[in-house]
Amino acid sequence: MTGRAAAWLTSDRPSSALQARCARLYAGARALARNPLALSGLAVVAALLVCAAAAPWLAPWPPDAQDLARRLAPPGAGHWLGTDALGRDVASRLVHGSRTTLEIAFLVPLIAAPAGLVLGCVAGYAGGFADMALMRLTDVVLAFPRLVLALALAAALGPGLENAAFAIAATSWPAYARVARAETLRLRRADFIAAARLAGASPPRVVFRCVMPLCLDSVVVRVGLDMAGIVLAAAGLGFLGLGAQPPAAEWGAMIAEGREYLFDSWWLAVGPGAAIVIVSMGFNLLGDGLRDLLDPRVR
Amino acid sequence: MPARPRRSRPAAAAKGAARTLAAVAATLFGLLLVTFLIGRAAPIDPALAAVGDRAGPEAYEAARRSLGLDRPLPAQFAAYAADALRGDLGVSTVTSRPVAEDIARFFPATVELATAAMAIGLAFGVPAGVLAAARRGRWPDFVLRVVTLFGYSAPTFWLGMIALLVFYATLGWAAGPGRLDVIYEDLVPAATGMLVVDSMLAGEWRITRNALAHMALPASILGYFSMAYIARMTRSFMIEQLAADYVLAARARGLSEARVVWRHALGNTAVPLVTVVALSWGALLEGSVLTETVFAWPGLGGYLTAALLNADMNAVLGATLVIGVVFVGLNLAADLLYRRLDPRIGRAAA
Repeated sequence: MTGRAAAWLTSDRPSSALQARCARLYAGARALARNPLALSGLAVVAALLVCAAAAPWLAPWPPDAQDLARRLAPPGAGHWLGTDALGRDVASRLVHGSRTTLEIAFLVPLIAAPAGLVLGCVAGYAGGFADMALMRLTDVVLAFPRLVLALALAAALGPGLENAAFAIAATSWPAYARVARAETLRLRRADFIAAARLAGASPPRVVFRCVMPLCLDSVVVRVGLDMAGIVLAAAGLGFLGLGAQPPAAEWGAMIAEGREYLFDSWWLAVGPGAAIVIVSMGFNLLGDGLRDLLDPRVR
Repeated sequence: MPARPRRSRPAAAAKGAARTLAAVAATLFGLLLVTFLIGRAAPIDPALAAVGDRAGPEAYEAARRSLGLDRPLPAQFAAYAADALRGDLGVSTVTSRPVAEDIARFFPATVELATAAMAIGLAFGVPAGVLAAARRGRWPDFVLRVVTLFGYSAPTFWLGMIALLVFYATLGWAAGPGRLDVIYEDLVPAATGMLVVDSMLAGEWRITRNALAHMALPASILGYFSMAYIARMTRSFMIEQLAADYVLAARARGLSEARVVWRHALGNTAVPLVTVVALSWGALLEGSVLTETVFAWPGLGGYLTAALLNADMNAVLGATLVIGVVFVGLNLAADLLYRRLDPRIGRAAA
């Protein structure tokens, strides 16, 4: 990096909001680069992204090409992770399954994080009845073990990837709402909020423009720590047949198919399970790294 | 600033208890509401399910009326809540028995499994956590980190399948799925519903051994997950304690390091650990759902997933509700025990 760019990025007197933001990102990236565990998590997540984006080129076979003459073939040349009961290449389905996993891993935070953020900030700022009602509601949702509630919801909504994502999101938002609320309670007495109110800012403006952006970090950390759980919950729903429907490749569902042939054709279940372990481990490591980076209490 | 008037301790305690009760009641109401709404969101028409596709419109209407589906939603909810509070959770469409009866029959197997898992989790988790804290940053700490990270990242059902493949099918060290070998089934009278206890009561030691052999794998898999949680929490409690002044004082008095760590510091983590145990019992309830499915364990989790696959909504919602209530009860118990065991907490609140 050239000296001027580095000086611009590390200046402690940024002259514009853009510079301040870039400087923060740069400092964050530097801190992340010093944390090998978080970096390896990032590498796993990046590999997942590449896998999903380049699935048709990476996979040696189409994911649903059947070859009944070579069904349940053990790992070997041609099919290096073997074939399943319909003669489909396990490795190719594994690669394509990364798309399903990624889809859920994006959909759930996309639904749950904004919902939790908005509800938590509004309730925390408004206080009184709204706050109490929200806290009671989160209590109720958190009173169920997460997977059990997601199972019941997914069963009621019917099988399918979107429904599974919605079911998991419905069990995720209370945690985010609580984090956002706690942060809002801390912020609402700050001087700059009082200043904004004195300057005539309406409550919605204060909440959405002043409070919410500052709660974002904490919610992002919470989502980051949650990602592995989301991947595991999605795999669990898929295992029970409530996730993506056949013939779509989904890791949890692939394990369920492998269960029938477990003792003779172990390769059906071992590969997808290992993929889930690696991906959720990656998310766990990255989440821990993000927390160390963004959480003010740890710093 | 004027001091707030001090309330007497019994009055404060009574007020605290009343508040806790109100919160529990509100949560229970919420649990009922959630399961009711999920049931109404289901695309399955209960009246149609009751009479079948070939029934005429009159029979269908009659079924709707007898199920109360023609009434407004709040009235339906009131009826549902009243039934549930009386212990009536509807009839399962698969077993055609009352759901509450089914749950009572399946629940002991889950309790048995979760208890065994908890024993494993405690037996390994607490020493592992203590060791990791005492040797912080060195290899025991590192090993524990890897083990817990794997525990937090692996799907329960997959780990269960791999365990069956390795320890049952390949090595033959453990018994296979189910609670007993077929030849031993239905031989002991059901007193508690927990086979290990029942067979011991009947003096059938061979059955006890067989039941333990069947329980070994699922209990170890579940126990692994609670071990990971318990060890991680023990470690952080211990790190806090080991930094305290009394530890320094104990060391200065020349007590052996083992005595300082295992007796003084660990003794002081006992109270927060009680909370952790109660919470991980709840987590075991969740973990048992998929573990029981993989091991064909006839418990509440297996019942729930079987009901899911058959779209048996009464059974699904009943099991969900029961699990939710047990979960709330465990959290409450943890809270109460915590207050009871640590006198400082009650005093600080008063």
